[in-house]
Amino acid sequence: MDHSTTTAHAEGQQHPVAIYLYIWILLFVVSTFSYLVDYFHLHGSLRWTLILLFMVVKAGFIVAIFMHMRWERLALKLAILVPPLCLLILVGLMAIEGHYTFATRLASFVH
Amino acid sequence: MSAITLDEHEEHDEHHGHARVNGVMHQFEDIDQQNECYAVGMWSFLVTEIMMFGALFMAYTLYRWRYADSFLAAHQYVHIWPGAINTTLLLASSFTMVLAVHYTQLKKTKLVLMNLGATMFFATAFLVVKIGWEYIPKFQEHLFPGPNFVWDKPEGSKNVAQIFFSFYFTMTGLHGLHVLIGILIIGFLALQHKKKHPAVHDDYMLTEMVALYWHFVDLVWVFIFALFYLW
Repeated sequence: MDHSTTTAHAEGQQHPVAIYLYIWILLFVVSTFSYLVDYFHLHGSLRWTLILLFMVVKAGFIVAIFMHMRWERLALKLAILVPPLCLLILVGLMAIEGHYTFATRLASFVH
Repeated sequence: MSAITLDEHEEHDEHHGHARVNGVMHQFEDIDQQNECYAVGMWSFLVTEIMMFGALFMAYTLYRWRYADSFLAAHQYVHIWPGAINTTLLLASSFTMVLAVHYTQLKKTKLVLMNLGATMFFATAFLVVKIGWEYIPKFQEHLFPGPNFVWDKPEGSKNVAQIFFSFYFTMTGLHGLHVLIGILIIGFLALQHKKKHPAVHDDYMLTEMVALYWHFVDLVWVFIFALFYLW
């Protein structure tokens, strides 16, 4: 941990209000983009890609700035973010596997 | 076992140096270690919350993928406006909460109380919109899953629509419960700030931990709004 971080911790992580205000306005801008996706009746993969993208961007801003993750040390960031990410990948793999097993059973036993 | 009175216990604490020295409790080497311990503990709790909500989000996504047409038909009953207003309310509450932490660090109690009060106001408004504008009309339209569920749309299956609304009520209800718990915790925190209790007045970390919880509640709503109201 470098000296500046140590000092910041001892006095409490203090950041200017301007950065919170800036991020807050950005969150509203991104939320407006989300509403616009619905307003313009976008459909198909473009719709869900944009909605999920804006969702992740908003979540990222909240975690990084409002929850101060950006200023935590790397060990804590990794300890918090990596396990859920691994589980997400595992669940994704299981979903694909489950879908494949289901399709195989349909092909082998139903038809 | 001999009974230890409060006075004896305090003496015991002082004898072993259990009291805080410059805000650092006896088991920690310095304030950095103590603050990091707070953060790790709170984040560990939040990760368990992520696992709980994550499982529900994953199950919802898989069902949505499997029964796309019926879920889309049921989704038409979830209106975007109350969701958009609630997003605005929770974003506003997150901002006032982060300001409450900021002013706690600066020991400006009046501004802390104002911001905590605003956070509670926005959170209460969220619940009013959720119950008054969303839950009650859905109950009146018999969209709550169970024997009284009514589905008269030509498209989509009645059973799958019930699955959709099971997810909707479970996830928004669980989130609403977190909002309610948040209001109670923030109210208690505000009371301690008002009393200038040393645990919150001299150390900003407890306010920071409550703020972490509150931002997490906002975070879950960002996902609910995207997956239930927009997608």
